[in-house]
Amino acid sequence: MISSTSETILSIEDLHASVEDQEILHGVNLVVKEGEIHAIMGRNGSGKSTLSKVIAGHPSYKVLSGSIQFKGKDIIQLAPEERARIGVFLGFQYPVEIPGVSNLEFLRVATNSRRKELLKSELDTFEFEDLVKERLKIVEMDPAFLERSVNEGFSGGEKKRNEILQMALLEPVISILDETDSGLDIDALRIVASGINRLSQPSSSTILITHYQRLLNEITPDFVHIMADGKIIKTGNKELAIELEKSGYDFIDDNAKEKEMAE
Amino acid sequence: MTQSNTVEEIVSQPYKYGFITAIETEKIPKGLNEDVIRLISAKKNEPDFLLKFRLRAYEQWLKMKEPDWSSLTYSKVDYQDLVYYAAPKQDIKKKSLDEVDPKLLETFEKLGIPLSEQKRLSNVAVDAVFDSVSIATTYREKLAKHGVIFCSISEAISEYPDLIDKYMGTVVPINDNFFAALNSAVFSDGSFVYIPKGVECPMELSSYFRINSGDTGQFERTLIIAEESSSVSYLEGCTAPMFDTNTLHAAVVELVALDNASIKYSTVQNWYAGNEEGVGGIYNFVTKRGECRGKKSKISWSQVETGSAITWKYPSCVLQGDNSIGEFYSIALTNNFQKADTGTKMIHIGKNTKSKIVSKGISAGQSKNSYRGLVSISPNAEGSRNYSQCDSMLIGDKASANTYPYIQSKQPQSNIEHEASTCRISEDQLFYLQSRGIDFEESVSMLVSGFCSDVFNELPMEFASEADKLLALKLEGSVG
Repeated sequence: MISSTSETILSIEDLHASVEDQEILHGVNLVVKEGEIHAIMGRNGSGKSTLSKVIAGHPSYKVLSGSIQFKGKDIIQLAPEERARIGVFLGFQYPVEIPGVSNLEFLRVATNSRRKELLKSELDTFEFEDLVKERLKIVEMDPAFLERSVNEGFSGGEKKRNEILQMALLEPVISILDETDSGLDIDALRIVASGINRLSQPSSSTILITHYQRLLNEITPDFVHIMADGKIIKTGNKELAIELEKSGYDFIDDNAKEKEMAE
Repeated sequence: MTQSNTVEEIVSQPYKYGFITAIETEKIPKGLNEDVIRLISAKKNEPDFLLKFRLRAYEQWLKMKEPDWSSLTYSKVDYQDLVYYAAPKQDIKKKSLDEVDPKLLETFEKLGIPLSEQKRLSNVAVDAVFDSVSIATTYREKLAKHGVIFCSISEAISEYPDLIDKYMGTVVPINDNFFAALNSAVFSDGSFVYIPKGVECPMELSSYFRINSGDTGQFERTLIIAEESSSVSYLEGCTAPMFDTNTLHAAVVELVALDNASIKYSTVQNWYAGNEEGVGGIYNFVTKRGECRGKKSKISWSQVETGSAITWKYPSCVLQGDNSIGEFYSIALTNNFQKADTGTKMIHIGKNTKSKIVSKGISAGQSKNSYRGLVSISPNAEGSRNYSQCDSMLIGDKASANTYPYIQSKQPQSNIEHEASTCRISEDQLFYLQSRGIDFEESVSMLVSGFCSDVFNELPMEFASEADKLLALKLEGSVG
């Protein structure tokens, strides 16, 4: 599936970023090519979620230096909606509730803004309903969720499924899924994971941000990165995740110490 | 540019209805005295009882003081510097639309209210009021077949004087308040609706009020009577040109619902609000009240208030009949230097009466938006219930929102619930929508619409999408 001639989707170089004047990312480097699945693991506060928000363009996070290229084009100056339209998707760890805004209408407006970018025709209410009903099956969601307000009163698992539904509708080029597995019971985890697997394409790529190995039992990553203190400190294959699961995060600390001593 | 600055820019939209129609106008000289009142009454060929009604009101008004208890501050109006009657030059009422000055038809068409036969709104009858007079009322014949009377109040005064004499001033007495007294003395036109016993009005009725002259006050008066077991849904819309002076609008609306009758009254108020420095705009001082006189009657007010420099308005329900119901659903959006003090009064008199209040205030710029409401339960109103919900949304950090709920209960067997909340447009909600490809402007507008959805659901179908568009328009502008 992966060859050296694959196109680079995302290329992050020496990225430094801050929130509320505090630097959180201290030089992240990452290259994601088409068809690849990457997992980023690390402790709370290691900068995983910050990295995902910076890629998606959250206005509270400032890029201090470095670059983020999407298909060879720097996207740091782009507004979040522009990044979304060209195919950057962020699956939120805590999707917000938006009272009074119909989920169906929200999904339709979002889908059409992406379709417009892809020079596809915009869908009217009826056409969209057909599409969304078909995509609902991927996450085994009840159509009744469409009638409710965006995420309002949804359980943790329902919110995450709604995120994957959005991914299914927007057909992104790169999906960054921030702790999509957190707060899910084993059945919900399986549904969400199989949804992600079904949606992955040779031309698209995925970054899974997670604490635990259990999601990686369902989705096999090509690369596993370990983040600590705002940097990626180790990269390996799926064995690295298993090792991490066995030895815990102390193993990183030992690693880091070794590295320091070597330096 | 920070995000909140950009939100503020978005809510500063150009006013689309600010044009002036160049038309010859007949105006009486400025100033107010008994002779002016006699002149207005004479111009309208009014019966003697009405002239007396006006003069009594004028006498009361002279003794009254302009109220200062609201949270509104504004430069005082010089009541001698206003014109009290202005009418486009043509015979007061034309027999058919073909005879109406095409400029007037064009004006209303430009406002989105086509009056000509071919272009009419299909299920809405319209009474179009231009400055002090009614220009045309559509679908009158069709309504007459059902016994429904829908005409200008001037026509009702000459054609149905008994109904006017019986009801006018009984809901809002001439000495009710300063602005109601002024209106009773000088009102020029407005709409009249009569729904006979047992009739469900076959279409939506609506009035569209247009102010065109800058120095003329508009004092319209509306009276709606729903006889036993009848029902009607009535809509009202308002716009005015942009002038750098303040124009006075002081209206009175009276509703009467008899046994089992139901009246739904909806307003979209989009008077000129003044410019971004707060210069100009309409002073909107309005007294609206409905009486549920009959058992199991129901009056429901819904309003979308987006215009005017100053809004002072409390559409109220007097729940006299046992088991009667009063409702008030409101969206008030203020921006720049607009000030709104609006709310409702629910007066429970009959047994087992119910009222519901849902108010949504959105303040942007340096505007002030206050909800002021009274829930009063009299000793005889056993088993009465009220539920109030007042939510405010602030955009930017210079706007303010206040809630003043007054509760007076003299009946221990009654139940009053009040909920209030204040929020800001949340950055996380905005980011969530944007991260799905929805642009900033549309995201803000979606969040505001969502905030108002409880009230939108109460608006008549034909109106809800219009009101949503109006809010979106108000929120439209250049993104920085």
